[in-house]
Amino acid sequence: MNDARPAGDPGLLEVRIERKAYGSALGQHVDVLRDLRFTLPRGEVGVLVGPSGCGKTTMLRLIAGSDNDYEGTIVRPAAGKLAMVFQEPRLLPWRTVEDNVRLIAPRAEETTLTMLFEVLELDRHRSHYPGELSLGLARRVALARAFATDPDLLLLDEPFVSLDEALARRLQDELILLVERRAVTTLLVTHDVDEAARLGDRLFLLSPRPAHVVAELPIGVPRRSRGADDIAAVKADIARRNGNHAGPAAP
Amino acid sequence: MLRLASLALFFIAWFAGSLVAGEQMLPGPDTVLTTIVTEARSGDLFLHLGATLARVLVAFTLAMTLGAAIGLAMGRSPVIDRLGDPWLIVVLNLPALVIIVLAYIWGGLTETAAVLAVAINKLPTAVVTVREGARALDPALDEMARVFAMPRWKALRHVVLPQLAPYLAAAARSGLSLVWKIVLIVELLGRPNGVGFEIGVAFQLFDVTRILAYALAFVAVIMAIEMALVQPIERRASRWRPRTA
Repeated sequence: MNDARPAGDPGLLEVRIERKAYGSALGQHVDVLRDLRFTLPRGEVGVLVGPSGCGKTTMLRLIAGSDNDYEGTIVRPAAGKLAMVFQEPRLLPWRTVEDNVRLIAPRAEETTLTMLFEVLELDRHRSHYPGELSLGLARRVALARAFATDPDLLLLDEPFVSLDEALARRLQDELILLVERRAVTTLLVTHDVDEAARLGDRLFLLSPRPAHVVAELPIGVPRRSRGADDIAAVKADIARRNGNHAGPAAP
Repeated sequence: MLRLASLALFFIAWFAGSLVAGEQMLPGPDTVLTTIVTEARSGDLFLHLGATLARVLVAFTLAMTLGAAIGLAMGRSPVIDRLGDPWLIVVLNLPALVIIVLAYIWGGLTETAAVLAVAINKLPTAVVTVREGARALDPALDEMARVFAMPRWKALRHVVLPQLAPYLAAAARSGLSLVWKIVLIVELLGRPNGVGFEIGVAFQLFDVTRILAYALAFVAVIMAIEMALVQPIERRASRWRPRTA
């Protein structure tokens, strides 16, 4: 027996971004990401925590493949289906809730959809149009749409931002439920340390611009058995490390 | 109610005008209506209306399909836009009459030349309107469709076309009225039938009654199309918009 493994674990997400720059309005190049490296094992929930405006959304767009203008390499899970929950719900306003999900996930089975609509408390809204939904409901539809595709890699870009705390907490619980049903490799981006401590298997702390990973923090306690103390401990850890690297701790 | 009153006022003004100007210059509504009925009885009215309507529909469909495709391409690709823009400006500013006469000279006095001339006249305005729509497409929805690997035709149908619907409706509205006006000129200049041909004959005879009879009959047809087709399609396309109270 030796330790040699195939050149890439098919479930692995491996990110090596040397540099990503934007041309500013003044014609200068502004580095958004520099030397950003991390590896997320299959089936884990990785959380990238960083201050607002540090380039988290930019990085997700690179990983999603909707922007290819960067230096570096990104290895996505082989032949993986990708799903994403954007910061805004991004639903088609002219299609009903159900059609929005079915259009993106044509192969989803009826039982899966029923389960998703039930878990996300959307069953009464199947035939509504997005314009008739509150932000919290629209966010749920975006989650349902992402999970209905049965993805191999799920990207979440601050999916609960600008929701009140109680609602965000409930949606986080629903998210945990869905992620644990079938261990989906998930990458969540957030500036909310509480959310990170509650949801992640592995946290990556990001520096301010140009962003890079300053620390990797595996959380030993499984999500479900995490109590208030565990979460507080993780948050304290994050605060301590951010302090060490002179990065501002996000509120 | 207000519409009806307004329409009644129109007929009263017409009637009064005919009294002042005399039956020769402006026949009254009753005279025109009688002519419409006689022309309908003889079958001539339907023959000419049918010929004109067929030309309108073919030219309109051609111009809208091509115009939407070109407009979409120009709106989405800056390169195509820069390549196509000078052509667009030329065709946009070419007088309808020039296009018609050239089409007849190059293509002969044929049905194809007639319909093509009309379609080319309408094409640039359709392109301009749809291009505006394509420029206003939401990049966020585009990105969503790409990330979820939506097939192209599906994205076109469910993501792009619904966003273009108001622009397509606007192009169709103005297009229908423009096309039928130009079809009449094309018929006047080089076709042996149709409303335009009939009006040309009536012009030579100074038969104002006949001119009005054919014009009004066709206006009625276009209004029927607008109400029976364009408006319901528009309503259906915007059914998702939250209604105000």
